[in-house]
This record gives sequence, C-alpha cells and structure tokens, in this order.
Amino acid sequence: MNDTLVKLNDIRRTFRVGEISVHVLRGISLTIERGAYVALTGSSGSGKTTLMNLLGCLDRPTSGEYWLDGVEVSRMSSDARAMIRNRKIGFVFQNFNLLPRTTALEQVMMPLAYTNTGLSERDAKARAIDLLKMVGLGERMDHRPSQLSGGQQQRVAIARALINQPPVLFADEPTGNLDSRTTAEILEMFDRLNRAEGITIILVTHDPTVAGHARRNIRLRDGMIESDTVREGPPPPLQSHSAPAAHAESQVA
Amino acid sequence: MTIRKTLGTAVRALRRNITRSALTVLGIVIGIAAVIAMMEIGKGSSGSISRTIASMGANNLLIFPGTASTGGVSFGGGSSLTLTAEDCDAILRECSAIAAAAPLVRARPQIVYQDKNWVPTFVYGSTPAYLTVRDWSQLADGDIFTDADVRNASRVCVVGQTLVRELFGGQNPVGKEIRVKNVAFTVVGVLTPKGANAFGMDQDDILLAPWTTIKYRVSGSSTASSTTASTATTSSNSADSTFPGAKAVFPAQSSTQSADAPMPVRFANVDQVIMSATAGDQIRPAIREVTALLRERHRLQPGEPDDFSIRDMTESANALASTTNMMTNLLLAVALISLVVGGVGIMNIMLVSVTERTREIGLRMAVGARSRDILRQFLTEATLLCLIGGLLGLALGRGAALMVQKFLRWPIESSVEAIIASIVVSAAVGIVFGFYPAWKASRLDPIEALRYE
Ligand SMILES: Nc1ncnc2c1ncn2[C@@H]1O[C@H](COP(=O)(O)OP(=O)(O)OP(=O)(O)O)[C@@H](O)[C@H]1O
Ligand SMILES: [Mg+2]
Repeated sequence: MNDTLVKLNDIRRTFRVGEISVHVLRGISLTIERGAYVALTGSSGSGKTTLMNLLGCLDRPTSGEYWLDGVEVSRMSSDARAMIRNRKIGFVFQNFNLLPRTTALEQVMMPLAYTNTGLSERDAKARAIDLLKMVGLGERMDHRPSQLSGGQQQRVAIARALINQPPVLFADEPTGNLDSRTTAEILEMFDRLNRAEGITIILVTHDPTVAGHARRNIRLRDGMIESDTVREGPPPPLQSHSAPAAHAESQVA
Repeated sequence: MTIRKTLGTAVRALRRNITRSALTVLGIVIGIAAVIAMMEIGKGSSGSISRTIASMGANNLLIFPGTASTGGVSFGGGSSLTLTAEDCDAILRECSAIAAAAPLVRARPQIVYQDKNWVPTFVYGSTPAYLTVRDWSQLADGDIFTDADVRNASRVCVVGQTLVRELFGGQNPVGKEIRVKNVAFTVVGVLTPKGANAFGMDQDDILLAPWTTIKYRVSGSSTASSTTASTATTSSNSADSTFPGAKAVFPAQSSTQSADAPMPVRFANVDQVIMSATAGDQIRPAIREVTALLRERHRLQPGEPDDFSIRDMTESANALASTTNMMTNLLLAVALISLVVGGVGIMNIMLVSVTERTREIGLRMAVGARSRDILRQFLTEATLLCLIGGLLGLALGRGAALMVQKFLRWPIESSVEAIIASIVVSAAVGIVFGFYPAWKASRLDPIEALRYE
C-alpha cells in the first residue's frame, strides 16, 4: 500500500507569452504514495492548476520527469496520454463540466466510449448505476444537469471520474462552486473513497477546512513547494471540519 | 472507439439539439429532393422520347431527292426529281445493310365518306413494304394491299385509327368506299394504333395506298399540278394506259423515249424512299452503301454533289432527346448547386457547434478521447446528419416527382442509380463539409477548451 503512485522530479513549466517567458512551475519534486490524500494549497497564481494539469496528463512539463504508476508519462505522445487519462486518472472540476441535456447515467458512461475494453453495454450500464448509487444518486439517474443541484452535479462528475476505476482522482477546487453544506457532502464522499476504496486523492483548495481533510498538505508559492506537511494521527471526524460546523453537522450526520 | 459507440455518441449529440439538427439538414433535404425529382422527371421524359422514337420506326432511314440541304428546308414532293421507285428496288436488291425499303409519294387530298370529310395529316402512297419498314405490319383489321395492287395502281387503301374515328364514326371501315379527291377507293385494312411521333404529330391520322395510285390517280388527276414543272417527268395522267396489265409499272427507259427527250429523265420519281437498316449499328454502313449505289445509278461524277440526301430518323429524334437531356442536366446542375449550398450550411452550423461545444470537447479529451476520436465524432455527426437529410430528401423528391406525374401528367421514371447516387452524394457532402469543423475540433487543446467560456 505504500508504493509510489506519483513521482515528480524537478518539474518546470514555462509559458511563452509573446516575447516573455513566464516561469510558472520552477522545479517541483515530490512523491505521492498510493492511497494518499493530498491537498494542494497556495495563493492564487502560485501554479496549482498548472501543476494539476501536468499531473492529470493534460499538459506536458517544459522539463523534468513525471512517473505515474511507474511509467514516465511526460514524454508520451498525446494519444498515449489520452489513454492514461482514460484508464488511470479521474478528473473532477470546479465547474463540474457535465454535458448539457444529457442524463446522469449517460454522463457517467461517457468516458467508456473511449475505453478499449470488451465491456458490454449492459455491464457498462450496471457499473454506472452502481457508481451513481454509491454517490447517492440512485434515484436521479435520468436527471439532466438542469434538474440537479450543484452538489448533485458534482457527485455525477465524481461518479464519471470513477467509471474506469482509476487509482487516482485529481480535483481542482472541487468545492469552489459549492456552499458549505454541499462541500461537506462532497468531502464526505472523498473521505470514503479514500478510506474504503483506497483511491488516491489529490485536490486543490483555498479552503482550510477542505485542506484539513487531507492527511498531507502541500503548499505552493511562486511555482515552488513552500511547505509539505503530513498530519499525524487519525483523520478528524468529518463534521468538525465542515464550516460552518453547526450547519454542516445537522445536514451530514 | 468502436463504430457503434461513435454512432451512439453522434446520435445522442444530434438529439441534444434536435431543432438545430433539423434546420441544419434542411439544405441537404432540399438539395437531394431537387436532384431526385429532376432525375426522375428527366429520365421519364427521355424514356418517353425514346419510346416515341421507337414508334416512329427504329433504324429507319429516309432518302430525299435533291441536293443535301441544311436542316430546316422542307422537302415538298417534287422539289427535285432524282429519286425513282427503281432506285428503291435496287437498294433492296444490292445493299446488304438494308432490311426493307419502300418508295413514298405524298399528297394532301380531302377524303370524303358519305357526308363526312377529312384531310389526313399523312396520305402516303407506298408499297406493302412500307409497313415492314415502319414495323407496323400487324393490322387491326383487314389486309394490306398487295404488290399486284401497286403494279395495277388499284384503288385500294388502308386507314389509320384516327380516320376510323373521324370518318367512319368508329365503325369498321373494311369494304367501305371512300373518295379521295374524287377517286373512289375501297378500304381493305385498318392499321393498329401508333400514337404521336416525336414531333407530336398523330401517326394514326394516315391513309396508305399503292404509290402508283396516289401518284397517277390522285396527284396526277389534278390538272393544276399536271401543268407544273413538277409533273413534267410524269408523262401520263392515266396509269392504265401507261402500264397495261400486270407488266412492271416502270419499263426501262426505252430508246424511243430517250430519243424523244433530249434530257435523260427518270420515270416515276417518288417523294421519298423509306428504308430500315438491318440493325441499329448498321445505319452508318447502310448510308454508305446506299450513297454509293445511288451515285452510281444517278451517274454522278466524283466531286459532283449528291442529288439526294439521306437522313436517319433518329437524327432529329436524337436532337429532341438531347434538348431534353440538356434541360435535365441544367436542372440537375442547379440541384447540385443547392446541394453544395446545403453542404456549406452544414459546415457553417458544424463550426458553430464546435465553438459552442468547446467545453464538451475539452472534457471528452480530459476523460481520454484522442484527437482522432473527436475528429471521428464530429465527422460522424455531420455525415449522419447529411445521410438523414439525404433520406428525407429522397422521400421528398420522390413525392414531388409523383405529384408532378399525378397533377401535371408528366412521365416519371424512378432510377436506382439516382437513389444510390443521392445517398452517396449526401454522405460525401457530410464528409467533405464536416471535415473542416471536425478537424478544428480535434485540434483543440484540452486545457484551453476546458477553460473556454
Ligand atoms: N497558458 C498560460 N499562458 C501563460 N501564463 C499562464 C498560462 N496558464 C497559467 N499561466 C500563469 O501561471 C500562473 C499560475 O496559474 P495557475 O492557474 O496555475 O494558478 P492557480 O494557483 O491555479 O491560481 P488560482 O488559485 O487562482 O486558481 C498565473 O500567473 C497564470 O497567469
Ligand atoms: Mg487554479
């Protein structure tokens, strides 16, 4: 359980804007074990999203090495990286990114269209239904995004991210658009996925209470790691960390 | 990505925006409908033209006396006097590519039966072979006159269906006596109906008699024409005295006759000779053979122009058919242009769709779609859209053609090739005009696309 899932070695990312080079990531090295629960924090513009895009194989570093699940992926072709994204990575976005006018079930099954396994239509559907039940939307499978609340939409997005049973879930400010109550719901789900399913979770947040759920907290500053702290002891009970606590307690308990 | 998955994704995407899909496809629907309707109507017209040509006598050739003249000149009887019935016999005897030949003498007399009178479009003097040439040998009633009738210039005739209707009120005319320009004729047969020819003339409005009878008893009995130059070579008004008994009608020019007439004259000139070639591809050889034979018989020196002209019947009919074809092609071109316009419409809407769905494209890429998957998806959407449009257009075009047939009574003919072609064309339009938007979509950067507002 303690083997390495993510290993970054002196990752740099430079954007060229006209004549100037913008050094956004300036030498990031870190290792994340399988089953970890990591929060990435830092002030706005510190490079969190840029780092998440690299981790999620959506972008390539200007220099440096990135091993994901034992494979160096930063030099792979875009097709090979698409395959990695499909099979090894789950993505959750701040703005959910659901397809308009599409049912929850179809949303969840969508990534399977790009998966080359012999999964039958029926098995795929069964798996999507299971996932929707797991995120508590067993009754909402035929609902379209316009018929779902923000928290429900994000849960559909989480189910979609998990459809190919990836070892790791990347979430860039997954609760940024949600109120505290729904934030607590989503966090509870992440906690459960991490503890019960052993899924590695790496999320970006500005919210200290959200970061408090993670066992490890990496703080970025100007494209470099400012601090990397691991919280000792058992994870805190969910309720006490949802802010405002009283409100969240009454909803989640 | 399997084909089924791609199709499923495309269908879902199109269904998500059904109104826009319907509007997008409208151009293709109209384009394909126009193509199909044009093809069916055009094919129907040319089909009916070729049937008309066949009814006029396939493989038929006409010889006119007189130097070949450019089209449009009327070949009135006696405009030139170089063609004889003997030429006709010689052609049949010596030209291997000719199956049948008949001389033709034309007149336009009034016909009287009891208290009714009628001027048929065609009053032809010929031989029984005429019906063979015209592929018209089967008679509705009675019999054709015989070669003996021709030799004897008998006053017998066969009549077409229009005459039966107009003159005899639909009664069987066989055995009845009619007066053709005051000459009494006995009707011996009734022709089968043949319909209108390519020029819209009623081919059943015909009276057919031995050419000798028409020439010497009908045309010749007119004192007015006997004094014109045109009758100068027809030496006698009385066929009986000229051709007694069953002797050949035209004895070879005797030495006396040659001596009497300083200019060599050919007896018994006819207005036309109508012939049929043994087969459609024998028309050209037949023309060559007949030309050579007639030049020899008419003693034309090399370099001298022909004193006759040969036309094949299909020539003018072909001209008609090619006019129809040209119209069809013209309309088809317009229809194809509308297809192209429809294709541009597809491209336009697909580009809008790609822009509008930038976030979706980014998301699909983020969850594992390769650029070729995105390309394929949008290409499939465009092609599917066009195919559906093509099928709708097919139905609409067929419907329009059927309406034209029902209400305008135009002939139509459905064509499998047109149906296949329209399906292929609509798919091709989808691929061609869907490619650029799809390519644009596939080239999007997932990060930028996800960030797109
Ligand atoms: N494509 C790009 N081209 C040029 N500069 C970029 C690009 N993407 C990001 N940057 C720059 O990199 C820096 C870091 O951006 P990033 O989005 O990673 O910050 P962040 O930590 O996610 O901020 P926030 O908390 O506001 O989301 C910013 O200064 C931004 O302007
Ligand atoms: Mg960010």
